[in-house]
Amino acid sequence: MEKLTRRTFFKAAGATAAALTAKAHALTPDDARHGHGAAPAATGASAQAAYLYFRPDEARFVEAAVARLIPLDANGPGALEAGVPNYIDRQLGGAWGAGERLYRSGPWQPGLPGQGYQLPFTPAELFRNALRAINDDVQKRRNTTFDKLPGNEQDAYLESLQTGNQSLNGVPAHTFFESLLALTIEGFFADPIYGGNKDMASWKMIGFPGAYASFYHLVDQHGVLFTRAPMSMGEDNRRMIHIQPVAAQPKAVGPNPVVADKKKGGK
Amino acid sequence: MATRLKEVDAVLVGVGLVGTMLGRELTKAGLKVVGLERGNAQFTVPDFQGPHMHDELRYSVRKAFMQDNTKEAMTFRNNVNQVALPIRRWESFLPGTGLGGAAVHWNGQTYRFQDDEFKIRSHTEQRYGKGFIDPELTVQDWGVTAADLEPYYDRFEYLLGTSGQAGNVKGQKIAGGNPFEDPRSRPYPTPPMKEPYGAAIFRKAAASLGYHPFPQPSSNLSQPYTNPEGLTLQACMFCGYCERYGCEHYAKSSPQTILLPVLLKDKNFTLRTQSQVLRINLAQDKKTATGVTYVDAAGHEFEQPAKLVILCSFALNNVRMMLLSGIGQPYDPKTGQGVVGRNYAYQTMSAVQVFFDESVNINPFMRSGANGTLIADFVGDNFDHGPHKFIGGAYFGELMTNGRPIEFHPTPPGTPAWGARWKEAVVRHYNHTSVLNVHGSSMASRNNYLDLDPTYKDAWDQPLLRITFDFPANDLRMSAYVTDKALAVGKAMGGRQVVGAGRKGPYTVTQYQTTHNTGGTVMGLDRKTSVVNRYLQSWDVPNLFVIGASNFPQNATYNPTDTVGALAYMAAEAIVNRYLKAPGQALVQA
Repeated sequence: MEKLTRRTFFKAAGATAAALTAKAHALTPDDARHGHGAAPAATGASAQAAYLYFRPDEARFVEAAVARLIPLDANGPGALEAGVPNYIDRQLGGAWGAGERLYRSGPWQPGLPGQGYQLPFTPAELFRNALRAINDDVQKRRNTTFDKLPGNEQDAYLESLQTGNQSLNGVPAHTFFESLLALTIEGFFADPIYGGNKDMASWKMIGFPGAYASFYHLVDQHGVLFTRAPMSMGEDNRRMIHIQPVAAQPKAVGPNPVVADKKKGGK
Repeated sequence: MATRLKEVDAVLVGVGLVGTMLGRELTKAGLKVVGLERGNAQFTVPDFQGPHMHDELRYSVRKAFMQDNTKEAMTFRNNVNQVALPIRRWESFLPGTGLGGAAVHWNGQTYRFQDDEFKIRSHTEQRYGKGFIDPELTVQDWGVTAADLEPYYDRFEYLLGTSGQAGNVKGQKIAGGNPFEDPRSRPYPTPPMKEPYGAAIFRKAAASLGYHPFPQPSSNLSQPYTNPEGLTLQACMFCGYCERYGCEHYAKSSPQTILLPVLLKDKNFTLRTQSQVLRINLAQDKKTATGVTYVDAAGHEFEQPAKLVILCSFALNNVRMMLLSGIGQPYDPKTGQGVVGRNYAYQTMSAVQVFFDESVNINPFMRSGANGTLIADFVGDNFDHGPHKFIGGAYFGELMTNGRPIEFHPTPPGTPAWGARWKEAVVRHYNHTSVLNVHGSSMASRNNYLDLDPTYKDAWDQPLLRITFDFPANDLRMSAYVTDKALAVGKAMGGRQVVGAGRKGPYTVTQYQTTHNTGGTVMGLDRKTSVVNRYLQSWDVPNLFVIGASNFPQNATYNPTDTVGALAYMAAEAIVNRYLKAPGQALVQA
């Protein structure tokens, strides 16, 4: 268990993804072995692709937790096998994790449930704070880490987060749990181009056709069983169907028409 | 320091649906028009093309087409006793941005409002007596009737190419259409959409209970269509990526497909994107707009003088621009005085889920934004409200628009939120569930209003808009009543399990309901209770017209876009045929 001082925490929270990647490589031989861009082999936790954001202890929690949230079963792969930890890692390490589309001006007040998210944390900060508190907590209570607990105890711990209001370094437990579950479901069902839903496993499981998008001839064949394999945005573009010829594009809009206006004597 | 540009005849604040329509009508009349759009230019090709458009994460979950709330958020509270806090992420409603505005990513559901809803106060008092309307409600007549608007509805629907089945042409009822609709002058421009499976099951069930199902009017088109502007739209492919997406197929009516290509070729029109209007400028007398001040993408500030200002952004932003510019008296809920921000309303939504046997393949992904079947038996005053303690109503139907799985993976009540049993339920029910939407009216109340937030600011250091809103008790009673009726139809559809409940308060911004935010610059016959006259001309500043769903005195049962389009054509006609003959004059004497 890595001990973090307040200073190193803030440094890490503001550090670039590249620096964190380097750190992850250095600390996890498994991750380093797979490297950038390599497809993760679907053989379990040890076969995840390299992490951009997560530290080893964080990755171990997330890998274990998502495997409980959406488990492998007779229906097909679970979140772990589908690469959801990599999806979450890339989200947290990228623009969304840094607060893209999140209004971040204070003052900060707790607010009512109907007023929505009111914490000052970016998603990346929220995860880092909460995961550090969770690791500390499990260490203190059980003298081990979450990933080493038996499945039923992991479930009980996740339930305590789901229903709890305890502070995880300032993050209410249920808020962290809701974020983790939302990201897990996103990663499980989003296009594989984002790093989860490997081999479109979830789409095959439920029968969703993915980016494929033309049902004019099927929509009134009521109850028809649709068996075509799903398509990802990442697949060969040549398989894309353009329904009609590309129309002539309207007059382009200059990025800076104002300047032209000024030249005409607008000053 | 702002650079002062050359004066033009008219400036548009926002180039969405209304801005594009007004731009076209005014340039056709010979005016030099500048359109200021805060977002980016975007077109069917290349911006809306597949497969990258079919990205649920980017467009539905992360909301790529929506107003960037890191620059411009809004604050919200349920009532004046609470502290309004920023809506830090959009969830309940989704203000659009960019060229074409919200009409790029709408669903294309295209309904006319009913006559009784335009006359809600006088009609209700006449039928049920003076004391019938809850005193909390500040509902009022619009100042126009369905008959007044019919020519403009007609023109707008023929611009869009709307697909539907007429139920009443010039007073003659037509089987298969909506029997409750007011007379229309001619049928829809294109026939109704194909009926998906779940909608067909609903139609049979609703008819078996004596209701009157009809196909949802759709501006995703059933067949190719060339509109009066000479632009051709294509048939919808039922791809299941409408709302929150641009249409790759030229099948959805949006400014890009119905009007912009014509407008952008007009030498009288100048489009400036990435141009954020900060305020409407007034002359010293405060009765004449002199133009607008805006900031471009590089942060340079400009003053664009104009003889005529058209405020045509999203409803909520129209209200904010009036408040930021100091035009009209802001509403005060304590005294009931003032008009700007008054009568903010929304929509009262609920849903019924019908879980079928595994043999029923609903195929939720073979859908379009508007391709269902519904009933209007509980719309407006189509049923006797005498025994009930509410006004207004709801339509409901099987109106599913997609099966995109991050957001659509229904499970029956009692299913855990995660784990093996959750996964099992998702797999079991994904392709075998129908959802009925119950889409209800929203009455104006003296407690619900819009003003400027005292604390939180946008990226240009201007106050955010503050929303104070909760569901009036009237609307919750309406929702409970009509949702019960929808449950009964759901049961008649043959589901193994049918669940649903009326809308419950308090209103929350954490759950998507609809982007039908209305009111705040209400139209009307009396300037004490309205911001604009029946031609949408500001009572205070006659060379300013404010157009959008912000004109609605309260929200009706149906979706707003058809009425927004009709109002836009009505206002454009008044400007061209009347206002321009006597510029600066009020079209209605106060």
